[in-house]
Amino acid sequence: MNDNSVNTARRRFLTGVTAGVGAVGAAGAAVPFVASMSPSERARAAGAPVEVDISRLGPGQILKVEWRGKAVFVVNRTPEMLASLAEVEPRVADPESAESLQPDYARNRERSLRPEVMVVVGVCTHLGCAPLEKFQTGPQSGVEPDWRGGFYCPCHGSKFDLAGRVYKGVPAPTNMEVPPYRFVDENRILIGVHHGAEVA
Amino acid sequence: MMARRLLHWIDERFPLSKVWNEHMAQYYAPKNFNLWYFFGSLGLLVLVLQIVTGIFLTMHYKPDSALAFASVEYIMRDVPWGWLMRYMHSTGASLFFIVVYLHMFRALLYGSYRAPRELLWIFGMVIFIALMAEAFMGYLLPWGNMSYWGAQVIISLFGAIPWIGEGLAEWIRGDFVVSDATLNRFFAFHVIALPLALCFLVYLHIVALHKVGSNNPDGIEIKENKGADGKPVDGIPFHPYYTVKDIVGALVFLIIFCIIVFFVPDMGGWFLERANFEPANPLQTPPDIVPLWYFTPYYSILRAFTYPFLGVDAKLWGVIFMGLSLLVPFFLPWLDRSPVKSMRYRGWMSKWSLGAFVVAFIVLGYMGTKNPGNTDLFWFQNVRWAQIGTVFYFAYFFLMPFYSKWDRTRPPPERVR
Repeated sequence: MNDNSVNTARRRFLTGVTAGVGAVGAAGAAVPFVASMSPSERARAAGAPVEVDISRLGPGQILKVEWRGKAVFVVNRTPEMLASLAEVEPRVADPESAESLQPDYARNRERSLRPEVMVVVGVCTHLGCAPLEKFQTGPQSGVEPDWRGGFYCPCHGSKFDLAGRVYKGVPAPTNMEVPPYRFVDENRILIGVHHGAEVA
Repeated sequence: MMARRLLHWIDERFPLSKVWNEHMAQYYAPKNFNLWYFFGSLGLLVLVLQIVTGIFLTMHYKPDSALAFASVEYIMRDVPWGWLMRYMHSTGASLFFIVVYLHMFRALLYGSYRAPRELLWIFGMVIFIALMAEAFMGYLLPWGNMSYWGAQVIISLFGAIPWIGEGLAEWIRGDFVVSDATLNRFFAFHVIALPLALCFLVYLHIVALHKVGSNNPDGIEIKENKGADGKPVDGIPFHPYYTVKDIVGALVFLIIFCIIVFFVPDMGGWFLERANFEPANPLQTPPDIVPLWYFTPYYSILRAFTYPFLGVDAKLWGVIFMGLSLLVPFFLPWLDRSPVKSMRYRGWMSKWSLGAFVVAFIVLGYMGTKNPGNTDLFWFQNVRWAQIGTVFYFAYFFLMPFYSKWDRTRPPPERVR
């Protein structure tokens, strides 16, 4: 090896090291840009609990309130509506709510603290549409002729019973989510705080 | 004389004449282009129309969830000629997809994706997907109720990916639901990031095209048959021959474009959906949520899966197959084993396969606009038709290595007809 020859091994090494360090630097520089797209502090702080007064919610009626930007359905279920839950049990995919999201105190057939008061997040577990309430029984658009009442998602045809339990053979994978909630008193529900938890 | 000296002055400093000759005046294209060959230049025309009208819409539009809907109404009612800008932009979006779908069909018909044009095809597919993203993000901007729920559904698709899905969906939205943050960033992507990417991709598409040269309805290479002057004997200079021809196509296109813009801008709900004439309402999904027509074939595939399988739930299967339906066409150049390119010289298997694929695509598109539980066509529920269409869609690609090989072909001619 004479003095005029090029040390290609060293040149390759330096090129490789420069490219490697540069790539690490570029990846590091990308972090703030990528992270800037995450939910902001303001968006994170907006998830405060919501209080709902159900004193004027008649039997068979539904109330929709906004919690963390999502609709929450509160339904005052009639005895007939509650009776339908047992009837549709063979047709729902997850009757015991084993695969679904709900607090432990709502893992029962009614999926609620008090049987007559249903509280669910009004978001279809398929792709996030708002299911429509179809409380009327019998034949109507989108559902089977012996419909016992429940919720129907217009986007992709998912069906839920009157406890938000998903029917078999529809695209939604799990039951509608039950949010954390507690009763403040007889007629007021606080959504976003667990039953039994201390209220700040 | 002045002009000649000016050109000379420029050519000394910038290769103007060289570029003009290489890509226009001495760029040789096959002499047998037919009607299908209009759609490439028309795509370029619509891209320019969309960019120009988009710039003027941006001057009046407000990317703020409290102001967006009203600012679109303001454009429609108070901005001089604002209605024209907006209708040109909304009509242009739908016509962009018509032009691109026909352009892609031409490639399937004449084997334009085959070697040596694989990269040309792949750049084209990337343009198609970037265009879908551009259209999807643009559709959120009016902040109508269908805008809102369309975005809600499509972003939720990412939530179906195991482990990282929910975090990814939140990252895309910038919030826990579609909100002002989502609108603002979609505006940024729609007006700057994706148009830049699209222009760059179109540049790559054209560079690749001019390297390999256009295919033609006979699917034979004109470069293999050159005259004494080194020019392809079956080629003609792009300028003036095809510039003049493309101007005729552009005029016919613009006549159709103007008829829609001036007389049926909403195209009966197909180009502008009725549910989008009311502002976004996070508590109320529109009674029938459907994307714009150009997404409906893929939307049908998404919701064709209704049963869990192999321990994976139906929702994830739908997302996987919708993704695959866009991914599989990338591999077309290697799936096709036919000895000939053009459908003209292929046998009945290839012809029927392509025909079945087109019918399946249209059926999927139609079912994507309908309620899955209803029966709008004969015999089956809509969701069943969507499932049949999905099978045919994928069969076209996955069976292609077999039928394109077994098919009886005729030898293509030496020279173009």
